[in-house]
Amino acid sequence: MLLPLAYLLLRAFEADPATVRDLLLRPRTGRLLVNTTALTAGVLAFSTVIALPLAWLTTRTDLRFARTVNILVVLPLAVPGYVMAFALIGLSGHSGFLNQVFGIALPRPYGWLGATLALTLYTFPYLYLNLRAALSGFDPSLEEAARALGCSRRQAFFRVTLPHLLPALLAGWLVIGLYTIGDFGAVALMRYEVFSYAIYIQYSAAFDRLYASWLALILIAIALSVVWWESRLREGRRYARTGSGTTSGPERLRLGPLGQALGLGFVALVVLASLGLPVAVLAFWMTRAGTIMPALPDLLRAFGDSLSVAAPAAVLAAAMALPIAALAVRYPSRLSDLVNRLAFVGYAVPPVAFALAFVFFTLQGARFLYQTHFLLVLVFALSFLALALGPIRSALYLARPSIEESARALGYGPFATFWHVTLPTIRPGVIAGMVLVFVIAMKELPITFMLAPAGFRPLAITMFSRTSEGMLLDAAPYAAAIMVFSALFVGFVLRHDRKAGDG
Amino acid sequence: MNERPKILTFKMPAEASPLGYRQKPARPLLEVDRLRKTFPHAGPKATLAAVERVSLSLGEGELMALLGPSGCGKTTTLRMIGGFETPDEGRITLAGRDITHLPPEARGIGFVFQDYALFPHLDVLENVRFGLRHMPRAQAEARAGEMLALVGLQGLERRRPHQLSGGQQQRVALARSLAVAPRVILLDEPFSNLDAKMRVETRQEVRKLLKSTGAAGILVTHDQEEALALADRIAVMEGGRVVQIGTPDEIYRNPATEFVANFIGRSNILSGTASGMEAKTAFGNLPLSRAANGAVSLAVRPEQILLEPDPAGTASIVGREFRGHDQIYWVQEGERCMIVISGPGAQHPIGSRVRLRICDCVVPLT
Repeated sequence: MLLPLAYLLLRAFEADPATVRDLLLRPRTGRLLVNTTALTAGVLAFSTVIALPLAWLTTRTDLRFARTVNILVVLPLAVPGYVMAFALIGLSGHSGFLNQVFGIALPRPYGWLGATLALTLYTFPYLYLNLRAALSGFDPSLEEAARALGCSRRQAFFRVTLPHLLPALLAGWLVIGLYTIGDFGAVALMRYEVFSYAIYIQYSAAFDRLYASWLALILIAIALSVVWWESRLREGRRYARTGSGTTSGPERLRLGPLGQALGLGFVALVVLASLGLPVAVLAFWMTRAGTIMPALPDLLRAFGDSLSVAAPAAVLAAAMALPIAALAVRYPSRLSDLVNRLAFVGYAVPPVAFALAFVFFTLQGARFLYQTHFLLVLVFALSFLALALGPIRSALYLARPSIEESARALGYGPFATFWHVTLPTIRPGVIAGMVLVFVIAMKELPITFMLAPAGFRPLAITMFSRTSEGMLLDAAPYAAAIMVFSALFVGFVLRHDRKAGDG
Repeated sequence: MNERPKILTFKMPAEASPLGYRQKPARPLLEVDRLRKTFPHAGPKATLAAVERVSLSLGEGELMALLGPSGCGKTTTLRMIGGFETPDEGRITLAGRDITHLPPEARGIGFVFQDYALFPHLDVLENVRFGLRHMPRAQAEARAGEMLALVGLQGLERRRPHQLSGGQQQRVALARSLAVAPRVILLDEPFSNLDAKMRVETRQEVRKLLKSTGAAGILVTHDQEEALALADRIAVMEGGRVVQIGTPDEIYRNPATEFVANFIGRSNILSGTASGMEAKTAFGNLPLSRAANGAVSLAVRPEQILLEPDPAGTASIVGREFRGHDQIYWVQEGERCMIVISGPGAQHPIGSRVRLRICDCVVPLT
């Protein structure tokens, strides 16, 4: 994993200092920096404004239909950023949904606003899930203690509850921030120039590999500094419950009719924008297309292409994650810690930069791998290793070591024990890890763009290129296929989540 | 052990136990010889000796309790015997074979965990059959069925572990370990997850079960009552060392140290000057249970003291607890507070003056 990144550095420092200075001091670099920062800040702010009230409503009030709401506001995860962008574009403009159906022609929201909206609408569930978990795991007796010490309910929320939510906020912001910095599809469709988009353009259109590699390095530096800041801010803020005993559910605020209406109205607005919008726009374009029959063979071929990479990548990622997780959980050491951090680096490095590093690496060091199917699978697996690692590691933490020791005492060797006892007990975690990698690989754009073998056109690529060429009609079936597929995945994860909660 | 530097080798004749109470079993099945284990503790240099030169020997079919407060190294000792921890020094032999460095699966020693550690992905029968994988399936199932019948769980073969009560889970764990017919079975606090009533009922059942299968067992517990009721012999541990090994009777009647005298039952500790089988104390000359010389601490069990009402007595009753079958009195005499157990009949109101009389031989402690 580090080797390709080293090649990226090598490549960047080949040039003489003067050229590099010229490159870096280009006004364009500054503009990219400003744009990337503005986009990230916008997405973080908007998603907090959406996610915090939602989490509070579903955990701390008696909002009606809270269970349904809980599922509905997580489902936008299934909508890839570029599909969201597609929906926003397809909604507006002269030939758009609104003009055709209601006769309202909105300008197409290209640029900062469009990119921010598209990214916010599909990333806010990450923050919501974090906040929700923190709020429902929060010991209500702390809030009660604050009330007993003379705080009003509102004061207690701001002085006690909110500070406790900070770790969850930071964790959510980290995920969303990394997504935003690394996102390629939505910003490209919205024609908003940020680093990842510019790198791709430099690489594919301008063939300016030197500038591309420098931009990639800056992007990686930004991503890593985000990770660093997050861990700095979180340090010393691990709030664990000090008392023992189970917590009773927190007291829920009773909402009056007006409160219920306002709360549900807010939920409806969010769901309409994040879920109703893409579904409606896709449905509109699908009906305009009449029948999807002519596109079917092409659709199936694209689906097959997607599958042929995503499935092996998922298996490979899980296979790599298993020993790493086992090492980290059962034999914690500096080394296992380091390996875990490395896996996370692969995830934090924006995909465009990661792919670029592999391009340089294979071109210079392993030519026979360049643009092979195998390389694509490998890069996916490495890039998304952290996703597979998470659930597998938590499953291992839950599996008691005494179970493995029992098997040893009954005559099973270490490997037989792993196969017959450990693996079956952590199977749900392994499956969840594989599903996560599988689906993100199905949706992935930039890595595929830069590393795919010639003629390889999976769902995401086909959909993206048709949209960017303005052929919304042709893109719709592909977008729909990805969405349906992703929705199945989110459903699976939610079900898995609930099961784990029951256990 | 030969490669150890000489200064560390404190040679003790294998037969002579630290305090002379150890009965050498006729045929030692399992021998643990001067095991030592340290754990890194708070920084690389400071180490905490968890187990310090522990020696034990277990006879065929014998049931031994490792008894001690938490943190005394009893579980670590058990885990070293089971093969889950590697001793820094020392030797473990099973039926004459050195097993110190064998992995757990090659030892043929059963282990019942505190949390039972049933495999959650297998049903009860599959759990019990787990260790019988080298047997033909039909035979393994028959054997597993027998074991379940032995622990009284017929009819629950298809249940999952989470559908069983704590007591049932424990019996499945026991059946699973016994199914492979180990010569020794190790039990780590096997009753601690049961409620008080279940604990008392279960422990005699477990004893009977082990005796009927002929397996020898080592049981780790911090509950002296459990150890006294269950074990053929008890090894009392304190601070990583075995301080005394003996039958429950011996341990109770002849505690070796003040720690043992107060950890198993309660004792009053007197000081005195011993010469031979007698000691001079504040209560006059008292007979000793074993010979001693010079200044000694003496253990007196609360039931060995008689209370006699005496308005001119130097002692007075300061506390009383009625327990039905007997009663406990706390008696203040000068600086010293003594604890006395009397039959349920005697009546000494708080504040009344009494005289104390020690009516049995007392135990000199080391």
